[in-house]
Amino acid sequence: MDSALIPQGVRRCSLGKFAFFIGIVGAVLLWGVYAMLLCWLKGLNQTNMNDYYGFALWIWADLAVIALGGGAFFTGFLKYIVGKDELKNIINYAVLIGFICYSSALLILAIDIGQPLRGWFIFWHANVHSMLTEVAFCLSCYFAVLSIEYLPLVLENRQLNKVPFFHNLAHNMHEIMAVFAATGAFLSFFHQGSLGGVAGVLFGRPFSFREGAFIWPWTFFLFTWSAAAYGPCFTLALTKLIEKVTRKKLVGDKCVDLLAKISGWMIFTYIIAKIADTYYWATVTAPEGGFTLMDFYSNNPMYGIWILVLEIVIGGIIPALILITKKGRRSPFLLVTAVIFGCIGVSVNRWVMVLQVMAVPVMPFDTWAMYYPSWQEVATTILPVAYGVILVALSYRYLPIFPQEKELNY
Amino acid sequence: MKQSQGHNRPKKYGMVIDLDKCTGCGSCMVACMAENNVPFKKDETNKRDSITWMKVYKLTNGKPFPENDVCYLPRPCMHCEGHHGHSPCVSVCPATATDYSTDTGIVSQIYTRCFGCRYCMAACPYHARYFNWWDPVWPAGMEQMLSPDVSVRMRGIVEKCSFCFHRYQRAMDKAHLEGRHELAEDEYQTSCTQACPSGAITFGDLNNPEHKVHQMVKPDNAHGGRPQAPNAFRLLERLGTNPKVYYLSTREWVRKAGDNSIKGEGKAHAKH
Ligand code: SF4
Ligand code: SF4
Repeated sequence: MDSALIPQGVRRCSLGKFAFFIGIVGAVLLWGVYAMLLCWLKGLNQTNMNDYYGFALWIWADLAVIALGGGAFFTGFLKYIVGKDELKNIINYAVLIGFICYSSALLILAIDIGQPLRGWFIFWHANVHSMLTEVAFCLSCYFAVLSIEYLPLVLENRQLNKVPFFHNLAHNMHEIMAVFAATGAFLSFFHQGSLGGVAGVLFGRPFSFREGAFIWPWTFFLFTWSAAAYGPCFTLALTKLIEKVTRKKLVGDKCVDLLAKISGWMIFTYIIAKIADTYYWATVTAPEGGFTLMDFYSNNPMYGIWILVLEIVIGGIIPALILITKKGRRSPFLLVTAVIFGCIGVSVNRWVMVLQVMAVPVMPFDTWAMYYPSWQEVATTILPVAYGVILVALSYRYLPIFPQEKELNY
Repeated sequence: MKQSQGHNRPKKYGMVIDLDKCTGCGSCMVACMAENNVPFKKDETNKRDSITWMKVYKLTNGKPFPENDVCYLPRPCMHCEGHHGHSPCVSVCPATATDYSTDTGIVSQIYTRCFGCRYCMAACPYHARYFNWWDPVWPAGMEQMLSPDVSVRMRGIVEKCSFCFHRYQRAMDKAHLEGRHELAEDEYQTSCTQACPSGAITFGDLNNPEHKVHQMVKPDNAHGGRPQAPNAFRLLERLGTNPKVYYLSTREWVRKAGDNSIKGEGKAHAKH
């Protein structure tokens, strides 16, 4: 029924089947919307956050999707600035995932603030010393850039493209995409970094506080680096997932191999820097505040040293070693393992930099604070996932997201 | 400096709390809530989401009877100065909704500007900041008892101890009417100071050598306000928050409980 909208020369499932799938995911989405309305109308008492957990699940989700969405800026940077042309086969998908991640992050922030109608104060009364101000400015600007990058894809839909104006617009936008990619990379460098700075500047919280260069704590650089390193892992993981679901090959091996290799080397260098940072923090920064490393990892029901091992060894060293070796990248099992471990690694990093920071007692007579999210928080966190699945499904069905699909399958 | 000798010399209002005198009666907490229109919930069992600008902690030395000892520690906002006014919380607020006054040393909170991102709460190691998780609702008739000098706060924003700033404004208004620029020590006192039955809390200008607070702790302004009096200490001194609330205790374990330390480093650190 909708065949006129489907890109030429590719096959898609029946409209009924597609509608059924969208219906199920849509129900989850509605559940999230309901929870979101509860939070907006009744206030944040709907959550399990409290005065110890001013930042909780949402801020973690925010940081995590932004890191994972980092594939968009880094792939764009590699393709348009460095000139890795092979990546043209995955750039559309990377942009789409980036667009979903960043729009989700903005939505979560709008739910997370206590006075959503005053959200614009962050721009109007901006405090230039605050990392969060930098985040807000760069995040909004970069979202605009991603929208500009996503727009020509939408215009390439078979029917829209018949309109001469849209056709020409999409064509011209493609021509100047390098400019947007460069702007995006620049903005991303800053907001990924300032998100790291958010935790790193908290000199009252020895678990997250880091020294640094100029006004930026080391976490500033580590966050940018890790987003560039792990973002492509997420792009690759989702590529493998959509290939599994559609039972088609959508991106050529050469392109996957190239992105995996770059990601591997980025993770490898990142993890060396991360280990150095952890070592310096554990032996110099934290002791200056009167803390030993194990103070942060004992006497509580959850945060043991295992979480550091999970982040650095399982989520860092292992994927790095797999991805930098040809053998590792060529083995489908190892490749998928590495990108999944990578996604876990960066998500755990964001988790500890948000939630463990809140959990660790700072005053000597204070106690560890534990937290579990309310269903409203969980539902509003799943909401963007459902929205993302729907947007990927719609884009895959109606837009030429994967330029190699025809050549690889038919 | 010439400027600071003229009228309106910069003040550094601060507090000294003698922990040997505090009995843990909680009068300061009650007085603070009444003075500042602090809202409360029907059920206050969950202490992690109820608002207590002034909170009394109970500390013990952890020893069994008969060596067991207890100390009560009242904790208002410390009005940290940080490094040149970069308090942990002020420097992070993205909307400039909280500010460090170099005239008074008071960290203010602008309720109508705060949009509730709670970054400042994450930054404060003393847990002195509280979020309004609920709409403030008072039992019928009690709204009539609210102080007209202090605005009530709406749901979704952060609040904290203001060192009863409205009292400062009132005292300054009076002084101006009388043609004065300076306040006498007893003209501006916080509610908790006056309510404490055992006189454990002293309030005044740390910059003014004639004020009791200055004499009690002898702040070393060249070194971030570190107390020079032997029994004085500040909470989490090592983090560099530079708080303006000082504590006194003759008991060593109490003074030690004010900061974190690593086993075996005691001697080296005592030099500071
Ligand atoms: S005690 Fe907390 S809220 Fe008060 S000034 Fe210090 S950091 Fe800010
Ligand atoms: S909660 Fe309010 S005062 Fe605190 S950082 Fe956010 S906007 Fe500023």
